[in-house]
Amino acid sequence: MTADKEPTLQEPAPRPPHQVLDGTDIARVITRIAHEIVERAKGAEDVVLLGIHTRGVHLARRLHGRLAQITGREIPLGTLDITMYRDDLRLKPARALEHTEIPPGGIDGKLVVLVDDVLFSGRTIRAALDALNDIGRPRAVQLAVLVDRGHRELPIRADYVGKNLPTSLREAVQVRLSDSDGVDAVLVGDRDFASRSSQAMAAKPTEPHLPE
Amino acid sequence: MTSYLIRNAQILGGAPQDLLLADGVIKEIGTGLAADADIEIDATALIVLPGLVDLHTHLREPGREDAETVLTGTRAAAMGGFTAVHAMANTTPVADTAGVVEQVWRLGQEAGYCDVQPVGAVTVGLEGKKLAELGAMHESAANVRVFSDDGKCVDDAVLMRRALEYVKAFDGVVAQHAQEPRLTEGAQMNEGQVSGELGLGGWPAVAEESIIARDVLLAAHVGSRLHVCHVSTAGSVEIIRWAKAKGWDVTAEVTPHHLLLTDELVRSYDPVYKVNPPLRTAEDVQALRAALADGTIDAVATDHAPHPAEDKDCEWAVAAMGMVGLETALSVVQQTMVDTGLLNWEGVADRMSHRPARIGRLTGHGRPISVGEPANLVLFDPAYRGAVNPDSFATRSRNTPYKGLDLPGRVHATFLRGRATVLAGEPAEQDGTV
Amino acid sequence: MKRHLVSAADLSRDDALLILDTAEELAQLSGRAVKKLPTLRGRTVVNLFFEDSTRTKTSFEVAEKRLSADVINFSAKGSSVSKGESLKDTALTLQAMGADAVVIRHHASGAPARLAQSDWLHGSVINAGDGTHEHPTQALLDAFTMRRHLNPGAGHDLAGRRVTIVGDVLHSRVARSNVHLLTTLGAQVTFVAPPTLLPIGIQNWPCEISYDLDSVLPKTDALMMLRVQRERMNAAFFPTEREYSRRYGMNGLRMAQLPEQAIVMHPGPMVRGMEITAEVADSPRCTAVEQVANGVSVRMAVLYLLLGGAVFTDGPADPARTDSVETAQ
Repeated sequence: MTADKEPTLQEPAPRPPHQVLDGTDIARVITRIAHEIVERAKGAEDVVLLGIHTRGVHLARRLHGRLAQITGREIPLGTLDITMYRDDLRLKPARALEHTEIPPGGIDGKLVVLVDDVLFSGRTIRAALDALNDIGRPRAVQLAVLVDRGHRELPIRADYVGKNLPTSLREAVQVRLSDSDGVDAVLVGDRDFASRSSQAMAAKPTEPHLPE
Repeated sequence: MTSYLIRNAQILGGAPQDLLLADGVIKEIGTGLAADADIEIDATALIVLPGLVDLHTHLREPGREDAETVLTGTRAAAMGGFTAVHAMANTTPVADTAGVVEQVWRLGQEAGYCDVQPVGAVTVGLEGKKLAELGAMHESAANVRVFSDDGKCVDDAVLMRRALEYVKAFDGVVAQHAQEPRLTEGAQMNEGQVSGELGLGGWPAVAEESIIARDVLLAAHVGSRLHVCHVSTAGSVEIIRWAKAKGWDVTAEVTPHHLLLTDELVRSYDPVYKVNPPLRTAEDVQALRAALADGTIDAVATDHAPHPAEDKDCEWAVAAMGMVGLETALSVVQQTMVDTGLLNWEGVADRMSHRPARIGRLTGHGRPISVGEPANLVLFDPAYRGAVNPDSFATRSRNTPYKGLDLPGRVHATFLRGRATVLAGEPAEQDGTV
Repeated sequence: MKRHLVSAADLSRDDALLILDTAEELAQLSGRAVKKLPTLRGRTVVNLFFEDSTRTKTSFEVAEKRLSADVINFSAKGSSVSKGESLKDTALTLQAMGADAVVIRHHASGAPARLAQSDWLHGSVINAGDGTHEHPTQALLDAFTMRRHLNPGAGHDLAGRRVTIVGDVLHSRVARSNVHLLTTLGAQVTFVAPPTLLPIGIQNWPCEISYDLDSVLPKTDALMMLRVQRERMNAAFFPTEREYSRRYGMNGLRMAQLPEQAIVMHPGPMVRGMEITAEVADSPRCTAVEQVANGVSVRMAVLYLLLGGAVFTDGPADPARTDSVETAQ
C-alpha cells in the first residue's frame, strides 16, 4: 500500500512563489543585523566579514557598507568559496570555483562573521567552518543569514537572523538580490514551480540534483 | 571422388550456367545439365571465379604456431576463396634451405585445404648478407620459384643484383620487400600529416620508392624478373608504370588493406592498424586502385600476417606489424574495385588468379573456366552484406582491421581440383562434404 | 570536459579556461599555512611512470597530496614492468587495486590514449607525457604562466598574443600540446627550428614556421625554448652543438631584441649553453621557476575537475560553470 498511488489523494497544484520580504524589508534587516553585530561584538573592533558565495557575498558587502556607516570604520571584508569542502561533491560534475579572498589582516584571533543568504540543512556552514580551519584560527566564528528556513541536518545555528521563515520541505525559498538578480526580494513557493531557483535545487539537500 | 553439379552459376559474372565437376576437372558446362552428380548446389545469383592465388601469405609454421599453422592458415585461405597460397619465408627457422621449404610444402599437402607453394628466402636467415641456396630450394620437392626476404628488404644493391641474376637459371623471381632500412629506422606509421601530429616515427614513401626505382633498373640491367611486394604509394605506382612501359619484366602486387584503409585510422593508436608497409594516404589508395585497374599492378596479394592477441593488445610502439587478410580479401576487392566500377569480375579473376599464378609459375592454377580444366573454382555471393566478425574466422589469429565493418560478398564454396574445401560457407571435410 | 586528459586537443576553449581559472583559485593555496584541501579524500591516484621524470612526477604528487588523494607511485623501474609485464597487465593490476585515476608517463606515443580507450581500467587517464606525442598539463601550465603575464584575469584567454616556440619541435610533446591549446586560446604560434627538427606536414598545423629566430624575436610576446637533447647531434639533425646555439640558442643579445614585456619560458630541464645561456635563464624575464610552481596549481585543477565531482562511466555532460543560482542548501 503506497499512499501516493491513491487516486483520491491528489496533490494540490504547485503554488506560485509569493514574496515574503521586499527590498525595503531586506535593507531594514541588514541594518538591524549590522547593529546587532556592533552591539554583540563590542564595537566590531576585530570583526572580519566573510561572505559565502554567491549571495552571501552580496549580503556581506551590504553589511560591510552599513557597518562602515555605523562605526565609521572599514570592517575587513572577504569572500569564501566552500566548494572544495562540500560533502556532496561527488553527486554532481565538478564545479567551477568561486574566488576566495581573505582580507590582508587574515583571520587569526579575529571574530569571523560568516554571511549567507539562507540557512537550511547547515551543510554549507559545516563546509565553511572546515575551510576556515585550514585558513587560520579565528577567536570566534559567528553566522549571519538573511533567512533561516529550518530543517537543519547538523547542529548548527545562526547568531544573526534576518527572518525566521517556517517552511515545508516541498517549498523553495528564493533570495533575489539586485547585484545578481536585478531586484531585492525573498520568495517562497512550491519547489516544482521554480525548479531553477537556488532553494528548489536543494530542497532535498541530501539527494543529488543534476542541473538540466 | 565426390562429383558436384553447380546450377545456375554466373561464370565471371556472365549468364547463368550449370557446371559439372568430377574427377578433379570441369567435366561439363551448359544449361540444364542432367542431374547425375553426388551433390547438387543451387548457385543462383552466385558468381564463379577461378580459385584465387595468393602471392603473399604468412602461415607462421614452423615457429609461430601460436599465431597460425599451415592447417589453420590454409583453411582460412579456402574460406577466402583461395586454392593456392605462397607461404612466406620468414618462419623460425627461416625457409632458406631445401629442408624447410619441403617441410612447409608437405604440411600444405597434408592440410589439403589449398596448395601451399613455399617461398624461399633470398639470403641466409633473411640477414641480407649471403645468398641462400636458391637452386637447392628450386630443385626440392617444393619446386620454389619465388624468392623473398619479405619482412626485410634486400637492401644491398650487389646482393640484389646477384639474386636477380642467379634465379634466371630456373625462371625464378625475386619478390622484393621494398624498404630502405636507414630511412625507416624507428618507423611506426606512414610519414605525413598524421605521423607528425601523433608523434609516431615516420615511414616515408620515398623509402619504398627509392628501392623500387633501384630494383627495376637492376632487373633491366641483368635482364631478370622482379616482383614488387605490397606496393603502397602513388610514387611506387609511377615507377612501376615507367618500368613496364620500358618493357622490363617487372610485376607488382597490392594488398587489400592498402586498397581500402588510410593512415587516418592510426589516430586511434589501435595497433590493429599497424602494418608494414604502413597504411598510406587517401591519394595513395586512389592511385593503387587505378593502378590495379589498368594492370600496372598485376595482382592482389593478402600479406596475411596473423599475430596472437598479446602482440596487438598493447601500446602501438611495441605491437607487431601485420593484419590477417585471407578471409576478407575478395570482399575488400569487391568493395574497392568492383562496386566502384574499376574492375569487372573478369578483371578480378585476372588480378587474383590468372596473373598471380603466372608470376608464381603455378601451372595448375589461374586457368580458364572451361571444360577439361582443373576444377579450382570459387562460388561467390556478391549480394551478401554483413559485418566482419573475427570470431568466425578460420585463421588462428584475430588481428583484422575490418572488425565490425560492413563488407560486401561472401565465399559460398571453394573447390580444389574438384573437391570442395568450403561448402555453404563452412570449411569442408577431406571428403569434400560439410 | 571529457573523462580523460590525453590530448590538449580534447580541450575546448571553455574547458581550458575552466582549468586555468580553477588553477588560479587553487594557486592561492600555496600562500596558506595549511596547503591542503580535503577534496579528493578517499580517492586513489596512481602515478604510473614508465620514464624517469623527477619534475613532472613530483609536481603531480604534490598536487595529488594537496587535494588529499591517496597517492600510489608505480614506477616501471624495479617493478614487474621492467620484467616484461605488458601495459595491459599493469593496467589490470591498477584497476584491481581500485585506482580512480592513473597519471601516466610513457615512452611510447599513444600509450595513454590506448589506456583510455581500453577496458583495462575504468579510472580517468591523465597523460603526463607520451613519447613524442603530447604533454597536455605542461601546455596548461605554460598557458597559465603566459596568461598571468600577458592577459591576467579570470575568464581571459590569450587572443592575439604571439608565442614563439624554438627548438626540437619534431621530438617535442610539449610543442604538440602547446600548439593545440594555445590556438584554442586564441594565441598565434610560431615555430622556429632548423628544418630537420620540424615534422613533415607541419605546414598544415595552425601555426607559422620560421627558420630564422632573429626575425621573429621582435614580434614575440612569449618565447618558449625547447630542450634539445644532445643525442640528436649524432643523428645528423644539425652539424654541431655550437652551430645550433649560434642559430637557435637564446642569449643576452637576442633577449634584447624581444619586446619589453615579453617573457622567456622553458619547460625544463634546461640545457644551459645549448639552447639557453645562463644570462637568459637567470634573468627576471625567464619564467622557468615560476612555471614549476604553476604546474602544481594547474595539475590540482585538472585532478579536481576530473576526479572531484561525480564519477561517470562515460563522458559526462559538460560540468563547466554551474548555474550561479545554485547553492549548497
